[in-house]
Amino acid sequence: MISSLNRDRVIAFLMLLPSIVLVAIFVYGFIGWTGWTSLTNSNALQQLSGQPAQFVGLQNYTELFAGMLNNRFRIDIVNTVFFTILFIALCLSLGMGLAMLLDQQVKGESIFRTIFLFPMALSFVVTGVVWKWLFNPSSGLNVLPTFIGLQPFRFEWFISEQRWLEFNWQDLPQILAIILLGVVVLAALIAWSRKRSQLAALLAAGAILLIALISFEVPRQLNALSRPETHGFNLALFAVVVAAGWQMSGYTMAMYLAGLRGIPEELREAARVDGATELGVYRHVVLPMLAPITLSAMIILGHISLKIFDLVYTLGGGDNLWIDMPGINMFFTTFRAQEFARGAAIAMIMLIMVAVVIVPYLATQLRSEVER
Amino acid sequence: MTTQATTRPASSAQTATRHDRDMGRVIRRALIYLALIVLAILFLLPVYMVLVTSFKSIDQVSLSRMWEFPTEFTLESFRRALERLLPNVRNSFMLVIPATLISAFLGSMNGYVLSKWKFRGANVIFPLMLFGMFIPYQSILIPLVQFLRSVGLYGGLGGLILVHVVYGIPITTLIFRNYYTEVPTEMIEAGKIDGAGFFQLYWHVLLPISLPGFVVVIIWQFTQIWNEFLFGVTITGPESQPITVALQNLAGSQIVEWNVQMAGAFLAALPTLVVYIVLGRYFIRGLLAGSIKG
Repeated sequence: MISSLNRDRVIAFLMLLPSIVLVAIFVYGFIGWTGWTSLTNSNALQQLSGQPAQFVGLQNYTELFAGMLNNRFRIDIVNTVFFTILFIALCLSLGMGLAMLLDQQVKGESIFRTIFLFPMALSFVVTGVVWKWLFNPSSGLNVLPTFIGLQPFRFEWFISEQRWLEFNWQDLPQILAIILLGVVVLAALIAWSRKRSQLAALLAAGAILLIALISFEVPRQLNALSRPETHGFNLALFAVVVAAGWQMSGYTMAMYLAGLRGIPEELREAARVDGATELGVYRHVVLPMLAPITLSAMIILGHISLKIFDLVYTLGGGDNLWIDMPGINMFFTTFRAQEFARGAAIAMIMLIMVAVVIVPYLATQLRSEVER
Repeated sequence: MTTQATTRPASSAQTATRHDRDMGRVIRRALIYLALIVLAILFLLPVYMVLVTSFKSIDQVSLSRMWEFPTEFTLESFRRALERLLPNVRNSFMLVIPATLISAFLGSMNGYVLSKWKFRGANVIFPLMLFGMFIPYQSILIPLVQFLRSVGLYGGLGGLILVHVVYGIPITTLIFRNYYTEVPTEMIEAGKIDGAGFFQLYWHVLLPISLPGFVVVIIWQFTQIWNEFLFGVTITGPESQPITVALQNLAGSQIVEWNVQMAGAFLAALPTLVVYIVLGRYFIRGLLAGSIKG
């Protein structure tokens, strides 16, 4: 009896083993391999010469962030930041709005739900092909307002060359320090209002230190780029945001709806009995309970936007730097230009960005599961 | 309600406010439906555009009449799109069916082990596996291509099937693990006392109640693999390209007319769309499983 149970334990482990080995090789082994490649000078020329790739340290990474010849990666990073912020904002607001509308015991709810969620079943390539046609500046979405008697939009969508919030890449450390200062001051105020004076004092001290650093222009010394280089928010990104938001906001809607359905009706009823208006019920009962869902949605959407590839490929074809992203750059650097090491470095930076978002999330999700 | 109002004549002011409140409620409901209908129309605009464009003949497609209905319906653009895309549709089915079935089986086995045969270290291995479904695949792409080349699987459907099975392990394992966790452990324990072994328990106890789990996983993998592009474009040759890659090539070449492109997009979207409309409930379950909590 005991021995047969032990034998079953061994069988169970053996059945899982192939998957463990496959994931170990194809995920972790290959990541390690990519990481190594990113530290070498591997490219088509080196491979043709028959010489083994040489270790060059972090040279590929410094080239990406501060290389004179090629600023494409810096464009990608700036695009990714602006795209991520707008994409998450659109999906969260639209998704929550749709969920709340559908939560009002409407007739035909399942039909509406099907309509809002169906783009999730499509490929980003399909979305890209269709929206490329819709973004046609002379007759696509731009003429929609004329159907209700308004002036047409004048926006070039994904080929727009307009740019807002321009800044010099050399000022970036200084700008980031100022943003950090803002965050620290805000955190200090919150800590103060919650009567956690020790934490508040610590944060205030940090803020003073940051102000000193910024006013003596210490962060500026961190800049490694020898020439001014203008970057900014490319309005063409709005096209990607609209198409990606159309596809993904149904997903946030589904998450919020699942959350709303999980809130017991008695809880809302209790608030109504206490004299809360319908809006008050949402503000004080529903929204706080949706906060964890918002966080999950932000993380899932954020990691999707950091990896975005197919949609931009279809819209821009790899040549449109106004909407270029690291994933596209990696693909063309590696498989067209055959600069394997540099492509690997871009891939590793993408992986690090995604890991920063995902690893804490996975850790907390699984911990809360153990506690349950 | 009304009787109350009539028996108490003094409350005419009250009836007025109640009347106002009812009016407010009606207006509120009307606004909710208005918002929903406007949003639904906006969400369906691309569908409208695909349909009106793909039923037009070449000489009817013009920028100035982009939003208009076709003056006469023709299937010409579907015929031409099919001509170019049919081999790729076939490739996609030959890719999706085996890859989906293998990864569903693997996921079910893994989920069974990780939920009912927990061993020491399982709590470390499971999260490490899960991380694999979030990584940007660019970070494994260079070694993957070199590996597939060295084992002779580069450029064909076999390699692509292998890749989708391997990178499907995390999500399929997750869905089945969560599904089997809900199965009471007593059922397994009772089977063990009756002397049933590992495979008998799986076959006689779990498999008969696994259908919903399999439906969720199969739909999920079918949709994901059908829609996937990055692996398709990097590790297949011209003969084995799946539909997404062929559609992108069709749309990327400037000479193909818009009506053919829209018909192609429609064809590429059709299989997953049908699955979604018929089995939407299970699709949403897979979707929400992606955000971990089971």
